[in-house]
Amino acid sequence: MSVLQTSPGVNRRRIANRIFALLCMMSVLFGIVLLFLILKEVWDQGASSISHRFFTEPPSRFPEKAGVQSALWGSVWIVGLVALISLPVGVAAAVYLEEYSRKGRLSTFIELNISNLAGVPSIVFGILGMVVFVRVLALGQSVLAGAMTMSLLVLPTVIIAAREAIRAVPSSMRHAALALGATKWQTVASHVLPTALPGILTGVILSLSRAIGETAPLLMVGAAGYIAFPPSGPLSSFTVLPIQIFFWADLPNPGYRGPAAAAILVLLAVLLTMNAAAVIIRQRFQRYKP
Amino acid sequence: MSAVAGHSSQTPSLSQRKLRWGEWLLQKGIFLAALVSVVTTAGIVYVLVTEAATFFQHYSLFRFLFGTKWSSLAPPSYGVLPLLCGTLLVTVGAAIVAIPIGLGSAIFMSEYATPRIRSIVKPVLEVLAGIPSIVYGFFALTSVTPLLKHFLPQTQTFNAASAAIVVGIMVLPMVASLCDDALRAVPNSLRYAGLALGATKFEVSAKVVVPAALSGIFASFVLAISRAIGETMAVALAAGATPKLTLNPLESIQTMTAYIVQAANGEAVQGSIEYRTIFAVGLLLFVFTFGLNVLSHRVLRKYREVYE
Repeated sequence: MSVLQTSPGVNRRRIANRIFALLCMMSVLFGIVLLFLILKEVWDQGASSISHRFFTEPPSRFPEKAGVQSALWGSVWIVGLVALISLPVGVAAAVYLEEYSRKGRLSTFIELNISNLAGVPSIVFGILGMVVFVRVLALGQSVLAGAMTMSLLVLPTVIIAAREAIRAVPSSMRHAALALGATKWQTVASHVLPTALPGILTGVILSLSRAIGETAPLLMVGAAGYIAFPPSGPLSSFTVLPIQIFFWADLPNPGYRGPAAAAILVLLAVLLTMNAAAVIIRQRFQRYKP
Repeated sequence: MSAVAGHSSQTPSLSQRKLRWGEWLLQKGIFLAALVSVVTTAGIVYVLVTEAATFFQHYSLFRFLFGTKWSSLAPPSYGVLPLLCGTLLVTVGAAIVAIPIGLGSAIFMSEYATPRIRSIVKPVLEVLAGIPSIVYGFFALTSVTPLLKHFLPQTQTFNAASAAIVVGIMVLPMVASLCDDALRAVPNSLRYAGLALGATKFEVSAKVVVPAALSGIFASFVLAISRAIGETMAVALAAGATPKLTLNPLESIQTMTAYIVQAANGEAVQGSIEYRTIFAVGLLLFVFTFGLNVLSHRVLRKYREVYE
């Protein structure tokens, strides 16, 4: 321990203090600067490839003719199906855990399981999907198989977000409904869920934005790099934006970096829109809060 | 779930009797929804273990775990050490980037930043966390690798270092955010006590606040490492596809995750021994990440200091 006796010691401590503050500030700046560097790099490489044609053309053997039409529609299909699957299942699971389950070994086990599942690498979900949905359920390398795999992946985050929203509903509301003779389910359906809805939606949108950027599981399920047409139904083959980016960036021909960066810009724009939607819903929710 | 509606004879309480069959059905339905996650975990374990078991009938576990050559060319050799080595290189590199910078950012946010600066910095880091990993892979390929090549000309086009750096940037926001939570949970009275004794802000941060939040900080490091091990796309794009037992980060390597992607998209025939390697490697990956996640939970629960 240094003792406050001599002034040289004090000086050294003062200098150490300054340096430390500077280092901490630089750490934060590192993250911020990198974010801008990444965005700038993508913009510089991709902005010139963005045109009306880029959205209406399928991928091509020629980089200057390549477009993201099929990939964009593939992403829309995936997100739509994932929302259709994970929203009801996730909200139902959250309602069970928050409103119905008695605190016991089973609910603790389920909770532990959900938090562990949230930490499993996405590619492991891909392996599961490849075996169960593509092979055992014989869905083939289809949009549906991809969406089901992705739903399992986002389910833990949807459940966790929905539980938080449900927990935030004051119990006085439940008591009021129950006191008027409503059954448990009537209470949940007429009071708890409507009040929790904005919170649930915010969480679900954020989970879906994760699904839109994920690549590895869909690669395992068999999304391909050269799909000329948008999916025509749940069982048709597909590609999505991140996969298209992967295949383009992976090509030895550097000419494909332009379309890859442009596709990243499209992807980031979609993500930004979804996040903005989540923020807006959250703010509206706060406005109506009693 | 085989009980019949209305026959809840064990608990003849009023509320149980009055349960309508529709409500009973709903209750069971949402219980099944909650079970989906349990079934998913069971499914993952079942698929990985059974398929890997078939692999190990054809290839000895010992040679898999301790073999130093990974190649599907004849004669095939599936020693996993080169893939482990690749994963290790990327993970260690990512930890070197993410841990000090993440902790530094967290200390800045909780100890130094005014609420206003904090309200700017935190969302920026959240945006960084929200960028898909494929974008980081692209950035590694087009920016980080050329930069490395500029300073170290012997750098290969695909190399572990550039992948490690971007994976580090990727997990940095998570480290920063979790450490920030841990640091902010330390009560101000501890800080005031240190400052009142004449300690500088640096001394209070390094000798009082960080030690008090150590369990949370350590847990975040473990989670970050687990994330880095499981990270796939940035690594598949930037680190290369050559399984190699090397500790030189400037060389092309292959991680476990990148191998799984490559094998699933390659021409490995379904049911062949090469196809089954996916599950053996996947099982190993699952065991590592699961173990680290459990460790992180344990650390948090066991060593947590609870303040009033």
